[in-house]
Formats: sequence, C-alpha cells, structure tokens
Amino acid sequence: MSAALPTDDAVSERGAGLRGEWARWSTSLRVGLVLLVLIVAAGVFAPWLTPYDPLRQDYSSALQPPGAAHWFGTDSLGRDIFTRALFAIRTDLVIGFWTTYVPMLMGVLLGAWAGLQRGWFDTALMRVIDTALAFPFLVLIIVILAILGPGTHNIYIAVFLVGWTMYARLARAEMLVEAGKDYVLAARTLGYPARRILLRHALPNIINSSIVFSMSDFVLNILLVSGLSFLGLGVPAPTPEWGAMVAEGKDFMQQAWWISTLPGLMIVVTGVALALVGDGLTHRFGDRHVTGH
Amino acid sequence: MSPATEAPALLRVEDLEVAFRVPGGEVVASRGVSLEARAGETLGLVGESGSGKSVLCRAVLRLLPRPAASVRRGKILFDGTDLLGLPEPRMREIRGADIAMVFQNPMTSLSPVWPLGDQITEGLRLHRGLSRKAAREAGIALMQATGIPEPARRYDDYPWQWSGGMLQRAVIAMAMACSPRLLLADEPTTALDVTIQEQILALLSELQAAKGMALVLVSHDIGVVAETCDRIAVMYAGTVVETGPAAEVLANPRHPYTLGLMGSRPDMDGDDRRLRPIPGQPPDLARRSPGCPFADRCVFVSDECRTAQVALTACAPGHASACLFPERVQ
Amino acid sequence: MWVLRFIALRLLQAVPVLLGVTLVAFLAIHFVPGDPVRIMLQGRASEAAVAEVYARLGMDKPLLVQYARFVGNALAGDLGTSIIQRAPVAKIVWDRLVPSVFLLTYATILSVLLAVPLAVWAAARRQRLADHVIRLVGTVSFAMPSFWIGLILILFFGLTLKWFPISGFGRDFLGHLHHLFLPALTIALFLGPLLIQSLRAAMLDAMTAEHVEVARAKGLSESRILFKYVLRAAAIPVITILAVNIGWLISGSVIVESVFSVSGLGMLLVHAVSTRDYPLIQGLTVVFALLVLVVSLLADLAYALIDRRVRP
Repeated sequence: MSAALPTDDAVSERGAGLRGEWARWSTSLRVGLVLLVLIVAAGVFAPWLTPYDPLRQDYSSALQPPGAAHWFGTDSLGRDIFTRALFAIRTDLVIGFWTTYVPMLMGVLLGAWAGLQRGWFDTALMRVIDTALAFPFLVLIIVILAILGPGTHNIYIAVFLVGWTMYARLARAEMLVEAGKDYVLAARTLGYPARRILLRHALPNIINSSIVFSMSDFVLNILLVSGLSFLGLGVPAPTPEWGAMVAEGKDFMQQAWWISTLPGLMIVVTGVALALVGDGLTHRFGDRHVTGH
Repeated sequence: MSPATEAPALLRVEDLEVAFRVPGGEVVASRGVSLEARAGETLGLVGESGSGKSVLCRAVLRLLPRPAASVRRGKILFDGTDLLGLPEPRMREIRGADIAMVFQNPMTSLSPVWPLGDQITEGLRLHRGLSRKAAREAGIALMQATGIPEPARRYDDYPWQWSGGMLQRAVIAMAMACSPRLLLADEPTTALDVTIQEQILALLSELQAAKGMALVLVSHDIGVVAETCDRIAVMYAGTVVETGPAAEVLANPRHPYTLGLMGSRPDMDGDDRRLRPIPGQPPDLARRSPGCPFADRCVFVSDECRTAQVALTACAPGHASACLFPERVQ
Repeated sequence: MWVLRFIALRLLQAVPVLLGVTLVAFLAIHFVPGDPVRIMLQGRASEAAVAEVYARLGMDKPLLVQYARFVGNALAGDLGTSIIQRAPVAKIVWDRLVPSVFLLTYATILSVLLAVPLAVWAAARRQRLADHVIRLVGTVSFAMPSFWIGLILILFFGLTLKWFPISGFGRDFLGHLHHLFLPALTIALFLGPLLIQSLRAAMLDAMTAEHVEVARAKGLSESRILFKYVLRAAAIPVITILAVNIGWLISGSVIVESVFSVSGLGMLLVHAVSTRDYPLIQGLTVVFALLVLVVSLLADLAYALIDRRVRP
C-alpha cells in the first residue's frame, strides 16, 4: 500500500506517555478539552471569580443591562447574572455528570450481560427496554417526576430509572458481535466464568462506543435538566441553574433580553465543548480493539 | 471469430492521459493510451487491477468523477468526432444510444426500487421517444434476445428476485436497447459463476455478430479474452503495452508482461502444478519514474529500460509492443 | 390489499409493548409516595370525600382488577376521569390533540425541507471546508436548547420584526400555519442538525451507488437521475432517521409548546404535573406512547410503499 496512511506502528511511534497521547489527539479533542477544563475551573473557583452572592436579591439594581458592574446584567430580582451563571456550572455539570455515567455503568453491564448470556434475561431486558423506548424520553422523565415529586434527588432517580436503556441496547448489540469472536469462544472453552469473560475480556472492547455516546448523552442530559427547570419541574429555585434562569427571563424578553439569552449561551458553549470532546474521542478510538488475555 | 475488416476504426483513442487528484498529490491512471476498435470486431482489453482498463472505459463515456479526475491529453475519436470536445447534452445523446456499457456487478447495476422492464427500456423511452406500450414490447423482445425465459411474465419483476446470471442478461439487454454501435463490457463475467461466464460471453459474441457492432471486452483474465476476441490490447500500469490480433499476440507475445500473464495462468494439463506469478508489485501510480513501468519485474530487463522513453511501436503487421527489446521475449 | 395485512401484522407485534406501556401508566398512580387522592384534593378533603374519590376511581379494588379495568377501558376509549378538572381524560386530551399533531407534522415537514437540501449539498461537495463548516454548525446546533432557540426567535421575528405571533394556535388553517411557524421552526432547527449528519451519509451512499453510474451511462440527465434514483433511494434512510428521532421530536415539542403557549398535549402534561392530576397524567402517558407507535407504523408503511422488498 502507498505510504499515505499512517499504520498503527507509526502512530504508536510518536511516543508513549502523556506527550505521545497529546500528539494523537485531533484539534476537536484538544479544543474541546481545553474549553471543558476552563468551564469546570470557572465553576470550581466561582466564589473567587465574582464579588456577588448568587442568591442575594437587590431590587435597586434590577434589570440592569450588561456593563462594567454586571458583566451579564442583572435579573428582575437584582441578582448578578454572571455570578449565577458561574454557580450554575456546578449545578448543571454535576447533575449532568451523574445522570450520564451512573446509567452508563448500569446500562453497559446489563446490556453486555444480556448479550453474552442470552436466554430469559436477554428477552426480559429487551422487553423492558422496548417499553421504556416507546415513550419520548422527556415525557417519561416528567411522568416519573410527577409521581415522585419535585427536587434534584428525584431527577437523579428518574434518570437512573430509564437512562440506562440506551446504553444497554448499545452494549448488547456490540456484545452480540463480540460473542461470536474467537477470543470469547476460547475463554469459554477454558472454563472461565461468564463474569470474568464479561469484565476482563469483552468489556474493554465494547466500551468505546458507549464512551463516545456518553459525551452526546452528557449534552442531552444538560439539555434535559435545563429543559425541566425551564418548565418548572426541575431544580427548585433559588438554586442557580441555566434553564431556570432562561425561564426567569422569559417574560422580560423585550426589555431585558440578557436574562434569558446569556445563560442559554452558557449551555451552548458547554455543550459544544462536550460534543467536541466526543467527536475527538471518536477519531481517537477509531476501530482499534483491545485484545484481552 | 470474424476476421478483422479494413474498415476505419469506429473508436480511436489517441495518446490519452487521465489524472486523478488525491489527498497528497495526484495519480496518473492512464498515460499515452492509444488503441482502436472496429465495427464488427471484438477488442479484448486485458490487464490486472489498477492497469487503467476501467478508467479507459469511463473516459470514453466521459463518466470519470469530476472534479477529481481530468483528461490531460489526448483524443477519443468516435466515428471521427472527438468525444472530449463535445458539449454535455450532446454527450448524453450518445450515451446509451451510440455507445453503451455493461458493468461488472449485475447485483448493484440495477436499482432495487424499479421494475426490471422499466430499467431495461428506460433508454428506449429516453433516446427513441417510445411510449410505455411500445417500450414494453421492445423490452420483451430484448429480454428474449438475451436469453431470459418467459420475458412477458418477468417484465415487471424486481432485481432482487433474479439470480446473478439472469441479471447480467438483463443488464446486457439494457445496454443493447438502442442498438449501440459500440459496446464497452467492463469485466462482465467476473462477478458470475464459471458456468454462467461461458453463456454470457457466448451471448455477447452472438449479439455482436448479429448487430455488427464494435465490442470492447475488458477483463483481467487472459483466458476469457483469448476465446472471444479478434484483437487484444494489453494494459499495464496505465498504459497499453501490446496490441495485435488475438491469435498472434497469444502465440507470439512481444512484451514481457504479456508473456508473464500467459505463464501465470493455472495449467491443469501440464506436469508442473505450481502457479507461476509474476514476481513483484505494480508500480505506485502516484510516483512515476522514467523508463518502462515494467522494468522492476521484467526478467529480460537491461539498464536502458529504466531510463528510455517507451512507446508502442510496430514489430509485425498490426502487432505493436511497448517493449524496447521485443525480440527478447520468448 | 397488502396494506391491511401489513398494519394488522405491525399492530400485533406492538401488543407486548402496549401492554408494558399500559402497565407503566397504570402503576404510576400507585407509586406516589403518600396518598395520591389526598394530594389531588389538596387537603380540603373530608374522610367521606376521599373515600368517594377512591370509589370513583375504582382504587378500592385489588390491583389486578384495577389493571384489567384500566386496559379494558382504554381499549374502549375511556382513559379515566380527571378529578381536578372534573371531566373525562379522553375528552380533555382530545381537545388538545389537534394543535400538537399539527405542530409535529409542521415541524417534520420543515425539518425535511431544511435538512434534505443541505444534506444533498454537503454530499455533493465533499470538500474540506464545506464539510468542516457543516460539522461545526451541526455540533453547535446540537448543544442549543430548544427553549433558548424559541425565545431568540420570539425576540427577533416576533417582538422586534413582528412578522409572526408569539403564542396561540390561530383560528383557521392559515392562522394555524402563521401561529405555529415559529414553534415548528424551533423544533426544526434543533432537530435539523441531527438529521443532516445522517442524511449526508445516506445521500452519499445513494449518489455513489453503482446503479446511479449505470443510469448516467444510459444517457440520463443529472436532474433525472437525482429525482428518479437518488432521492428515492435516499428516502428510506430519511424516513428511518425521522422515525427513530420521533421521541426527540415529541420531547422537543413539549418544551416548545410551553415557550410559545400552544395549548397542546405538551402544555397539558406540564399543567397536569403541576396540579398533580394523576388520572390525567396516566391518560397522557398512554397517549404519548400511542403517538410514538402510530408514527413508527406510518414510517414502516412508507417504507413498504417505496421499497417492494419490505412488503409481506
């Protein structure tokens, strides 16, 4: 073959360790990660980055446009929007994180197990997944929240209850393919218990697509939480949360556009950072598989 | 096999050069290609993958992917007119009507969502303005001519209902619909079973004899070409390395590559059962070095071969070779 | 005709899922922490009133019996009674069905009109810059919340330019088209990028299929090839992608209805939740799942129409 395509050897030649790793990353991945780190840092160091208190109301400075004193302006209760947007990073990213990775863990394990073992567990699992996916996701979450009541804890419960289904389906599909491969058959003939085959051998090979998917899921979950909060069904006031902030500005669009627009922009920027990372990971992983032993 | 006539060539390719732009530079897929096809005659185009055979066929019909591919030099004369200079609407009139093509894989040559009869007669309705009814009658006749049983009943079938061999007959019927004067068959039997191959080749010969059209049969299998062709052109690394009457070229090859091709055929009757491939790999078309492209693999090579310009030169009446030392080839 | 057989087959296949759906809807009210009836009556309830509601909702019977009645009633079109609104759920839902269906259809059409030409364009010009730009735009749009897009559209086209009304449904067909344009556009903008990515790949496959080259070799013009072969072949993946994303389409419409105060099923759901109207929530659960099912069925039917291989 012509020398145009780098072989696996050429790629690994660029060096082991962190330096080599960085070199293998695409622009998307680098930009996305840098952006993400900045956002997380802003959230972590929020109290030091702003003199204002996110919860303190001050009617005398209500509805101020963005300016030197208030970079993002103030809302109808006189709270500094920039401050609230920064503190909201904590709310949204933390909820986004847990609502993505806990279901991912659950779903991948359940789906992979079903794909490996087949039988009644597989059939039952598929039925449950089909039922869950028969509903529009947001509707299902709203219904569960209606039953459990409002509150951040209940958002977690709701998403844990149904969020794993996509991952389970994905992992199961990948596992069905892997299960036919020789190394799995070899492990079986060696008498390895199914649990070992699953965790040590098959899982490392199927986890990549789930990891890539989790980045999109992270974005979708942030959109979900902010959407719920926008509807008044999510994070309760007065905790700063981007969606809730957009809702608060809804009635003031004409005179104070900044209340809704700027927090929404934060969602977009964060989402873009995550999506770039996801994109970059797709390229980074390609079709490479890990051979278990 | 009909004897070569002295009629002027229907298709005449002169010094054709086709280049493809690829990431990282360009690939010259055809260089200095010259050949002729005459009415009533079958020209076999032989060569391995990447030799430029398919590129040539597509160049004739001006089907090369734009903007990646471009014809950098040369002429393609069809009945005296240079196809490369024609405006696109005029070229479209020629495609399917005067010049037709049969592609390699019948399973993918036909659209799965339209009935076969519709696809076979599409050219007739387009170029000859036939009504649906007239087209249907003509289509059934075509299917009959190409050996498809029960054509009237099968006219409305879909491609996925038929086998590979039957589909290739349909593809041939489709190509023959407007009675083209030149038919380009690009590896028409490669995707088919060996038993069906014979039938398809026989069919092509029959149709050619009946209509007196020029047939260009492209194949990587010199055996296929040997049986059905009047003249042969051998291609390697994007250029024509030998042309001549089929019997002559096969009996007295005048280019080392042709010799190698014949030697590498599995011989079931001989004593020696080992396969004899030509050692080495074809050159990288992205990087062209001077001299004969076959130099690195040639058993008769000498230093001059790597530096001198090579071109097709006659070594016997009607028989030309691009080898500098054709007399060495035994 | 095969259509009826096809539909019957699909419905039969949907039965297990439908059972699961009704089970989820039915159990909803029973998982409420606390006493659902008392919550609904919000404390202005005497013992007698609570008992009466229990009896009216049939909740004093054993669970299995309740479930059987629930399914039986649902099949007959009775989705229960809303205590809070004092009306049958089915009627409440029916009144709000039309705006939602209109919005969903409108949004689908706009999404297709937006995504298909862009996907064709992107597939035709596989150059590096155009590709990167489209990918970037796609990534950014993916991260944009639908409620944010909606509010920005309201700001520009509704409040500043005053081209479109910013709420409501309108009185006649043209009024509907006018009022729902911004909401439908919002959904299309948020769904569009999802579609373009997949469509571009599908278009590319369809455009480079060998039978397209064969058609060109027959002398067909590019536009004829596009309409007869490419679009038809690409229609199947378009339908697949739309059908797969119907869940997101509906989810998006729930939010968009709130942004634009369109009195459809989405707003009804939000209202039902905030008033703790459990019977209404149950009914809506079933209805939403049915919507998804109907759309899937329509998509399957469309496939079968285009591609004969699919027909039974």
